[in-house]
Amino acid sequence: MADSAAERRSPAAAYAARFEAASAGGGLRLAEIPFLTQVDLRVDPKSPAAERIGTAIGVPLPVEPGTVASGGDLEVLWLGPDEWLVLGPDGAAPDLVARIAEAAGGEHVSVVDVSAQRTTLAVAGERARDVLAHGCALDLHPRVFGPGRCAQTMLARANVILVAGEDDVRVLVRSSFAGYLAEWLLDASVEYVAGG
Amino acid sequence: MLLIPCPWCGPRDEAEFHYGGQAHIAYPDNPAALSDEEWARYLFFRDNPKGPFAERWSHTAGCRRWFNVVRDTATNEIHAVYRVGEPRPVTA
Ligand SMILES: [Zn+2]
Repeated sequence: MADSAAERRSPAAAYAARFEAASAGGGLRLAEIPFLTQVDLRVDPKSPAAERIGTAIGVPLPVEPGTVASGGDLEVLWLGPDEWLVLGPDGAAPDLVARIAEAAGGEHVSVVDVSAQRTTLAVAGERARDVLAHGCALDLHPRVFGPGRCAQTMLARANVILVAGEDDVRVLVRSSFAGYLAEWLLDASVEYVAGG
Repeated sequence: MLLIPCPWCGPRDEAEFHYGGQAHIAYPDNPAALSDEEWARYLFFRDNPKGPFAERWSHTAGCRRWFNVVRDTATNEIHAVYRVGEPRPVTA
């Protein structure tokens, strides 16, 4: 049987060349970050299990809405008052799920590997937030949406999770919407791309 | 477009929400004991005030939580937003 890793293709793989071309000017950089580990976690934040899970993964679950806690190579995104998305590097899911499940013990906890549900589009550079503002109603200024913040919202009518960085925003989009959103990003970028 | 303050996420566009109708409709204690008319009344009959109305909304494109809103049906002004299980706040 063929090695399945060799056959993997990320949802926005077909856009790599166009992303690269749009990034040539430097004011804007578009790229897909494929195959990140994503584990959806639901647990009562006040339960002992929530605390044990935080200890087990080395990152306490953030309880303030729209915030991100990070530690080691993991990031924990607040998705709801009892729901988080744990982001990690490619291949980390089996170990991560096992560690969380063990920490959960017999308590009422849901932990699901949803890595294949979304891919990550990195929108970086000084124009990153301007591009996203074309299709997002949230205030993305670093003053209110800077490092340590995330949001579930809509970008160009597609459901997304935005993760803020210093001069970049990562857009987590469902795999079936990745092509649409890649086209939209390229279109919204035209006025910021040198020679475009 | 309404700007609805989700009690968890803060103000968001109406497009991120789904509407859930009148709030505080309790499920009957013993549905089997109801007559057809009483059951129909529970299922289909809702208040339709001109003015403040307590209604349910779900932040479907965000935290996916249901919560309650007191909205003036005549002006669309939102008087209060509160989480499920909390009592309806007193509003003007
Ligand atoms: Zn919300």
